[in-house]
Amino acid sequence: MSDPALAAADAVGAGRARRLPLWALGLGPLLLLALLVALFLRAGPVGVFTQAFPPVEELTIERIALPEPGLVEITVVNGGPEPVTVAQLFVDDASWVHSLSGSRTLGRLERRTIRVPYPWVEGEPHTVTLITSTGLTFSGTVNVAVETPRPDARYLSTFALLGTYAGVIPVLLGLLWLPFLRRLERRWLDFFLALTVGLLVFLGVDALTEAFALSARVAGAFQGGGLVLLGLVGTPLLLAGIGAHRKSHGKARGGLYVATLVAIAIGLHNLGEGLAIGSSYATGEIALGTFLVIGFLIHNTTEGLGIVAPLGNERPGLARLLLLGAIAGIPTVIGAWIGGFSSSPVWTTLFFAIGAGAIVQVVHELGKLLVRGREGSFLSPLNTAGVLAGLVLMYATGVLVGA
Amino acid sequence: MSDPASRDGGPLERPISRRRLLAAGALGGVGLATGGSAVALQQSRDVLAPDHATHHDMMAVGDIRPGAFDPGAFLTAFDYGRESRLPSGQVLREYELVAEDREIEVAPGVFYPAWTYNGQVPGPTIRCTEGDRIRVRFVNRGSHPHSVHFHGIHPANMDGAFEMVPSGGSYTYEFDAEPAGLQLYHCHTVPIKRHIHKGLYGVFIIDPKDGLPPARELVMMMNAFDTNFDNENEVYAVNTVAFHYQKYPIRLHREELTRVYLVNITEFDLLNSFHLHGNFFRFYRTGTNRERFEWTDVATLAQGERCVLEFTYKHTGPFMFHAHQSEFAELGWSGIFDVREAPHV
Repeated sequence: MSDPALAAADAVGAGRARRLPLWALGLGPLLLLALLVALFLRAGPVGVFTQAFPPVEELTIERIALPEPGLVEITVVNGGPEPVTVAQLFVDDASWVHSLSGSRTLGRLERRTIRVPYPWVEGEPHTVTLITSTGLTFSGTVNVAVETPRPDARYLSTFALLGTYAGVIPVLLGLLWLPFLRRLERRWLDFFLALTVGLLVFLGVDALTEAFALSARVAGAFQGGGLVLLGLVGTPLLLAGIGAHRKSHGKARGGLYVATLVAIAIGLHNLGEGLAIGSSYATGEIALGTFLVIGFLIHNTTEGLGIVAPLGNERPGLARLLLLGAIAGIPTVIGAWIGGFSSSPVWTTLFFAIGAGAIVQVVHELGKLLVRGREGSFLSPLNTAGVLAGLVLMYATGVLVGA
Repeated sequence: MSDPASRDGGPLERPISRRRLLAAGALGGVGLATGGSAVALQQSRDVLAPDHATHHDMMAVGDIRPGAFDPGAFLTAFDYGRESRLPSGQVLREYELVAEDREIEVAPGVFYPAWTYNGQVPGPTIRCTEGDRIRVRFVNRGSHPHSVHFHGIHPANMDGAFEMVPSGGSYTYEFDAEPAGLQLYHCHTVPIKRHIHKGLYGVFIIDPKDGLPPARELVMMMNAFDTNFDNENEVYAVNTVAFHYQKYPIRLHREELTRVYLVNITEFDLLNSFHLHGNFFRFYRTGTNRERFEWTDVATLAQGERCVLEFTYKHTGPFMFHAHQSEFAELGWSGIFDVREAPHV
């Protein structure tokens, strides 16, 4: 503070403030804000806010389930600022009787389940439209109608198997590259680390794209964009904080640490992926064909390589390796289980964003591993080729999944 | 849902309660099983599983607010105007139409910001005899300019096409009623599409001088509402309220001549239609010629077209009538004639 007048004012203020306890200084503005809000609510809003604007209604259909033949169950949330009354319901442009799990009027952020005795047709698309008391319509579509799985042993084992194929087995297969990596020269080991960077960047962008796509289906009040930001920025900060804590306690930050981070990041990504697979399957958007599972198998094997690449100079025990595989792979199973029964775009968006955020941090750590003991020569021709190879590998194997 | 059973007993409407229909469904029949349909019920038992969706599932839930527009009363409400004689001896009929903005209920719980004649959609059914002098004082209390355009033969300045009546203004339309038949009136202010689909229309009946055979007469205006203003209709009906005559069937007597004045004012969709179950009708296009008719069970009309339908029922029981565009039928344009034996006098 160079201005003497301001400095003086500051001193006076500081002198006065010193008499008040610290908590009062901290909470003062908040208390005033609360008072203002209370006044505003009590005294009624000032003229300009009371214009008879048409109410801004916003209903979001979060889920359309088909629990049994002849029954449709819709989960709807009011993400708008005003209460919304569901007046009628159409299925495929036909007015249909239905019942709500509560009052027809949904307050802000309230949810209802709507049961409709509608004879849906297996394998065909169906569109549900809610019409509110003001005549606005909100629609949701089931692309391919199939009976929503019940949480029974068969469903759980199906997804356990899928998760194992899509997550656990490929990661464990990838781990088998460890002996190969151990016998490589440093620069070739770096190539594979760089390749891992490429793989992860691809996965990260993939997760982020998914997160943004899903965020569009999040009810307005839950702010899809904000959720993505929370996951994307919050996760690396959290992971970096944990890393700094470990360092300050003298814990090792070597290859095993980075490998664990990679496993966690991939695991978080796979949790989101599992949620997406489970909910898509439950709502008939994907069929679990052999081709898709094979695609995941090949695509995700590269993830195992990513985990072991930082371990080129380490000698972890077999149990440790299996643990890393489990951390990365098993979340697919858990995600698929949860996603099949109750998925909300809120959670799926958040987990994809968290996955993307974890990858940001891991790429940072891998980068540090790559420049360790060098003069910041990360972008050697071989490393550059590695990153590119990682991207291309993911793209090429991704074609199998995307098909 | 207020219990429709409590509104039982009107001469015109007898509510079919969902409970009763469900009971019928539980017996193994397909819906619409009311008194007198035992035969239909028995037959359907062999054809459909008891849990099969029935017509009472394809329906609006709840009921409209009481005290507002009553589609049941509208069917037979004819406005003959204030009658007097001109010095020449010609009959003069004076009417008043007032345009006003009003929120109307187009399906239970669904409110629509309508523009109305006399606070109702459709506007009052104006009725007179061929050759009468018609004098309609039109007052615009709406928020936009409006007019009244009558179909018929009249001078250019009585046509409501060019003389727009500003908000707060008024205009008097005066002409001789011709030709005999079924006409309509509607606002002709641009954008016409919006002025019509917001609700400014009504039925205009010109009876022939020598009259028509006595009959049970019903006015039905096929209309629809684009409640979210995306230039597609969400709700269809005859006389505004979706599924009203399905919930409160119109009672008819067997072997009694029924005459339906049917007008299509549906916006956005090219055609609308009327299909009668278990019967055929005489289809008089525009109602202008008693000699020429078609013997059929589907009347298809483009927007602004209208016809007079005449039929008598041979059998008793519930008979559906609805648009044969299934989509319109399932979005509200469905009703039931409940045909009973005529009471013995």
